[in-house]
Amino acid sequence: MAQEIMDITLGELMDKARKYQAQGFRLVQICCTKLPDTLELQYSFDKEYDFKSLRLTLPDASTPVPSISGVYLPAFLYENEIHDLFGINVHGMAVDYKGHFYMTAIKTPFNQPAQAEEKKA
Amino acid sequence: MSGRTIIPFGPQHPVLPEPIHLDLVVEDEKVIEAIPRIGFIHRGLERLVEKKDFIDFVYVAERICGICSFIHGMTYCLAVEEVMKIEVPARAQYLRIVWSELSRIHSHLLWLGLTADAFGFESLFMQSWRLRELILDIIEETTGGRVIFGSAKVGGVRRDISAEKMQEIVKKLRSYQKEMDDIGKVFLGDLTVQHRLRGVGVLSTASAKALGAVGPMLRASGVSSDIRMMGYSSYGTLDFAPIVEQDADCYARCKVRIRELDQSVGLIESAASKMIDGPIDVKVTGTPNGEFFARSEQPRGEVIYYAKGNGTKFLQRMRVRTPTFANITPLLETLKGCQLADVPVIVLTIDPCISCAER
Repeated sequence: MAQEIMDITLGELMDKARKYQAQGFRLVQICCTKLPDTLELQYSFDKEYDFKSLRLTLPDASTPVPSISGVYLPAFLYENEIHDLFGINVHGMAVDYKGHFYMTAIKTPFNQPAQAEEKKA
Repeated sequence: MSGRTIIPFGPQHPVLPEPIHLDLVVEDEKVIEAIPRIGFIHRGLERLVEKKDFIDFVYVAERICGICSFIHGMTYCLAVEEVMKIEVPARAQYLRIVWSELSRIHSHLLWLGLTADAFGFESLFMQSWRLRELILDIIEETTGGRVIFGSAKVGGVRRDISAEKMQEIVKKLRSYQKEMDDIGKVFLGDLTVQHRLRGVGVLSTASAKALGAVGPMLRASGVSSDIRMMGYSSYGTLDFAPIVEQDADCYARCKVRIRELDQSVGLIESAASKMIDGPIDVKVTGTPNGEFFARSEQPRGEVIYYAKGNGTKFLQRMRVRTPTFANITPLLETLKGCQLADVPVIVLTIDPCISCAER
């Protein structure tokens, strides 16, 4: 199950998304990972079981990220998700729930300190 | 020209076992647009990787969904096993196929019952669920559980099925196949059922591809795509092809699921015939360091498990993308232009599992 993960910059995101769309790839998912000092976004695409991912590293959640929902409409669900759970500042979403996509007890719950860190604090 | 009205559908509705809300923009009885809203039962299960080590997390993965719990657990294991380069014994891989396909059969029978209930065919609902009980009995006999199997583990499976028991299961499934055929004939041949499903909720091939549909929703729109064809867990050694229909409506989605019942029985039979004696698991040493997107075919379609480890016993990130989440946008497309009375049936044909989608 070979997989290709390509590191890209913020400026390359839209072009890469358009390129995959033109080649007939479907958007599989968008995932955010909180790392110690940065946040990582992964955009995954598939065409006939050929799975490719684009990896975008953000210094923090407030960095503006363009929405790819103009290229791939289903992206608006994933983008609202990463906005609500991680606080990623996605702009230009086809449907923007403005933080009300998920009903969570606290804001951006997945961008809070890890449990172990909370205990230390 | 008539004015537009917004009609709220859900989150509580007789056909919905779980909460999803749709704002239906209608003109008279015709739906112009649907705007979805989920998020009522978000549990944040993915963050439990910070509390449960990578071995124990399989229990959490299994509890994401009560219908395809085994495949959730198995796909999580596939991700971790790939990161850790663990070779799962052949017997364990075939056992995973057996439980995966039993899950598919009971899930499809559950869906058929719910759909029959949605269009008011109560005896068909009852017969579908009666048959599902027989499949659940097999699952209980082989795993000890009816909802949560507890059989998947990193490095293999926790339980074995003896050769005699396997023969008995195959024999039982062959006898149930006749009953499944009988139910299938009513779903596909009855005029009242056809009246509710044919030409309703059409999703063109181009839209299905563009909007990222998965599973029976995609295959019913004429796209031959099934993640099992990638060959994970020894599916590559079995002879089968994706079940595809061309009509792209609710009827086609129903037909795909009915045909998949037969296919799953055949796959269990093939897996049983290829099962050789041997270990069912391997010892797992070390901790995961790396990342991988594992994919498998659940009854509702492709599920994705992303695991990222940093060399400690706790994963840095575990992310699940479920088939229902992927099928929400295609659902909105199928609702455009439909009659208000058809909305419940169309919503059901994506086989929505909301607790699965929200995690």
